[in-house]
Amino acid sequence: MKKQITITVNGEAHTAEVEPRLLLVHFIRENISLTGTHIGCDTSSCGACTILLNGKSVKSCTILAIQADGKEVSTVEGLAPGAELHAIQEGFKENHGLHCGFCTPGMMMRAVELLEKNPNPTEEEIRWGISGNLCRCTGYNNIVKAIQYAGAKMRGDELPSTEPEFIQ
Amino acid sequence: MIKCKTSKAIGGVGHSIKRKEDARFIKGKGNYVDDIKLPGMLYMDIVRSPYAYAKIKNINTEAALAVPGVIAVVTGKDLEKYNLHWMPTLMSDTQMVLPTDTVMYQSQEVAAVIATDRYTARDGKEAVIVEYEPMKPLMDPHKALDEDAPLLRPDKEGKTDNHIWHWEAGDREKTEKVFSEADVVVKEQMHIPRIHVASIETCGCVADYDKVDNHLTMYMTTQAPHAIRTVIALVAGHVGLTEEKVRVISPDIGGGFGGKVPVYPGYVIAIAVSFLVGKPVKWIEDRSENLQADSFARDYHITAEMAATKEGKILATRFKVLADHGYTDASANPSKFPTGLFSIGTGSYDYDTAFMEADAVYTNKPPGGVAYRCSFRVTEAVHAIERMTDRLALEIGKDPAQLRFDNFIKKEQFPWKSPTGWEYDSGDYHAGLKLAMDAINYNDLRLEQAEKRKKGELMGIGISTFTEIVGAGPSKDFDILGIKMFDSAEIRVHPTGKAIARFGTKSQGQGHETTYAQIIAEELGIPAEHIQIEEGDTDTAPYGLGTYASRSTPTAGAAAAMAARKLRDKARKIAAHLLEVSEDDLEWEPGKFSVKGAPEKSKTIQEIVFAAYTNHPQGMEAGFEATHYYDPPNLTFPSGAYICVVDIDNETFEVKIRRFIAIDDCGNIINPMIVQGQVHGGLTQGLAPAMYEELIYDEAGNILNGTMMDYLVPTAVESPNWETGHTVTPSPHHPIGAKGVGESPTVGAPPAIANAIVDALSIYGITHMEIPITPYKIWKKLKDMGVLDK
Repeated sequence: MKKQITITVNGEAHTAEVEPRLLLVHFIRENISLTGTHIGCDTSSCGACTILLNGKSVKSCTILAIQADGKEVSTVEGLAPGAELHAIQEGFKENHGLHCGFCTPGMMMRAVELLEKNPNPTEEEIRWGISGNLCRCTGYNNIVKAIQYAGAKMRGDELPSTEPEFIQ
Repeated sequence: MIKCKTSKAIGGVGHSIKRKEDARFIKGKGNYVDDIKLPGMLYMDIVRSPYAYAKIKNINTEAALAVPGVIAVVTGKDLEKYNLHWMPTLMSDTQMVLPTDTVMYQSQEVAAVIATDRYTARDGKEAVIVEYEPMKPLMDPHKALDEDAPLLRPDKEGKTDNHIWHWEAGDREKTEKVFSEADVVVKEQMHIPRIHVASIETCGCVADYDKVDNHLTMYMTTQAPHAIRTVIALVAGHVGLTEEKVRVISPDIGGGFGGKVPVYPGYVIAIAVSFLVGKPVKWIEDRSENLQADSFARDYHITAEMAATKEGKILATRFKVLADHGYTDASANPSKFPTGLFSIGTGSYDYDTAFMEADAVYTNKPPGGVAYRCSFRVTEAVHAIERMTDRLALEIGKDPAQLRFDNFIKKEQFPWKSPTGWEYDSGDYHAGLKLAMDAINYNDLRLEQAEKRKKGELMGIGISTFTEIVGAGPSKDFDILGIKMFDSAEIRVHPTGKAIARFGTKSQGQGHETTYAQIIAEELGIPAEHIQIEEGDTDTAPYGLGTYASRSTPTAGAAAAMAARKLRDKARKIAAHLLEVSEDDLEWEPGKFSVKGAPEKSKTIQEIVFAAYTNHPQGMEAGFEATHYYDPPNLTFPSGAYICVVDIDNETFEVKIRRFIAIDDCGNIINPMIVQGQVHGGLTQGLAPAMYEELIYDEAGNILNGTMMDYLVPTAVESPNWETGHTVTPSPHHPIGAKGVGESPTVGAPPAIANAIVDALSIYGITHMEIPITPYKIWKKLKDMGVLDK
């Protein structure tokens, strides 16, 4: 018993007949082949599947595709066109905010909403703000730096140094 | 800290150049195994056992096969027809692919359902009805050798108990003598708990067998694609899958940490099904399956003892291990090392007497014994030696930093022969600890602690000064299933002076596409940005044993430097020909050869390479490429000095890490930014088992925290702001003096944290806490000791 839905993803409308049980993350990854959004768990714990639904960050494994009918979805592929980089993407690259890259799209989508709500967050606000997204590689130091960098860039402030700091 | 020999434009060793691989990852264009979609691809899901130990009475597949879209249900009996129901483990034990009669742990694979899509495969899985006859499982390894313990592996001929192997190192009698005569002996029981790597990407594959060409392409989450190809050919050669007919592709990998070294049953079933139906088959496990059934790490029960003089000179150590391997020994160790490199556990200290022994047993738990970002059981060993060093300091009332200074192997004693036979290549332990202590104002912290203690506040300072052992390994001792643990690099420079280099290793986030390019840039002067790095495709890359155990830089990184040096030798010959001088008259600086005394007469590497294709000397082979297989002469021995400061709430016993300083010595540093990133990540994976992670089973064999809801991977909130630095003591035998770093922090951090917490609680008479140290465990211990009345 399929249902017809239309979801606008990164500005483009996609209409499909889907089973009511289809998860939004599978719609994104398989129906429309945007594989930048990842799946890292089955309990909505890891946040690798985070996307923006009508501008709000959600874990796309936690809602059904039919719940997104008529709504706007933004994924990592929609952050910037072509080879251009969104401030958050630049932040992650310049600050070594990723290793394996698997949590990165979800982490960046979460950070985008975080910075929209709170353009100049403290380190503690960033850490709590991304606490629904797990990273197993980086130890989070540089993800925090990446988000601070993106915040500065989005505010038009002077960019912080991206050189690694060491105890001398 | 680092002096670069090349310009920033060349980007050789020592430059923090930004990572080349990042572009695709930040744009969502990575290519992980679940992103692969092939025409006609089928999906596989796996039925798993709810029991830890049970007879399978019957498997009814009728309802599953009636689900529209379900193609097949595969059981152990089906695989038995092809003799594929068992497979060998890396440690030459045997593991079921699918059981024919008995399940040995909860969540073990029981049957596989193949369907046209993911959801239908799950429907089919739900419809398979399995009748079990549960038996009482053996969960406590301490009871594995009891007379009334069930014999878990009657399938193994001649096996009469659950003992797997006994191992020992060092000198038992000498150690007994030193212990019997020593002023001071300290002893603790410790359990290094069973944990799981939990890389954010789980394991999976797409097996694509082409019946027309009789060719298998296997896309899989593997850290060692070449070894996998060889294993497939050895196991399935008899059905026509000989080695040239098998291509293993390891695409982008979402974290490995050792969990993607083993061959899991799901991979084998997917290959078998693809072989039988002639269509590609995708299998992607979910997180709960990953935590419950994929290889665990650690699970060593250690009795640790240290003997010393009353002044605190360490005289000897003795470790006795009981290793819980689950129902088969599926550890990922070099063949001759059942306990991996546990014998590094004599640590960073100058004494000549030690004895270590280990016994491994079977239980009704999942198999494993993989890394968790640790090279071959080094974490277990380091936890024991570093805890006992603090234990000794507490016993004799000496500052644990001073005790370490008094016992360190001195810089001039290297190369140093350890009591268990290792030859440490280099180190400067005093310098590392001094730098860490200065950075954190150690003496002030001790004064502050004394003040806080007067006020009843709990503050602790913990030190860990560890020695790692990585870079496996020299071929005389190190092999996996007989294949020697060398690694390889192949460099091909195109006529315009741009290059591609291929390796037998496989990055899972370590940044090889950048650091390998930097090594070649260092040696040849070709800018790193113009050197493309490829790994993970057995059809194109030279043979290698893969990436784990912090071995990529020590082995394949060395191979890159050696291959580049072969090319530089060729470049010198071509330059001499072009400049019409003798080779001896040429001087090299990064990127060009010039004539001694006439620097205006020179040829750049790009001009030389172009000539290799357009104007090479008569008699010389044209082209510009080289391959090197590097067999390391020794392992490398990175070290570190870590200091952790904790504050503990004296009502809730919540532990807050106030500061954590990590000084690592990994020899020469290729890319400081990437090394620092590795240290940050490794520290959080050291924090995890110290305070949060443990796979817990009840007596009935149920895993109590088999999902990410309750297996506590640290978030950005638990993880503190790590502070890092380095001392640099190059490896004397590695071509560029590098040692490897990825795992050091995971090895070194747990005892620093545990020592800090025990230090805080030592005012109550506590001498040891078992990791993970939770608020509950602290409360319980104090309650049991009668310190608390509530």
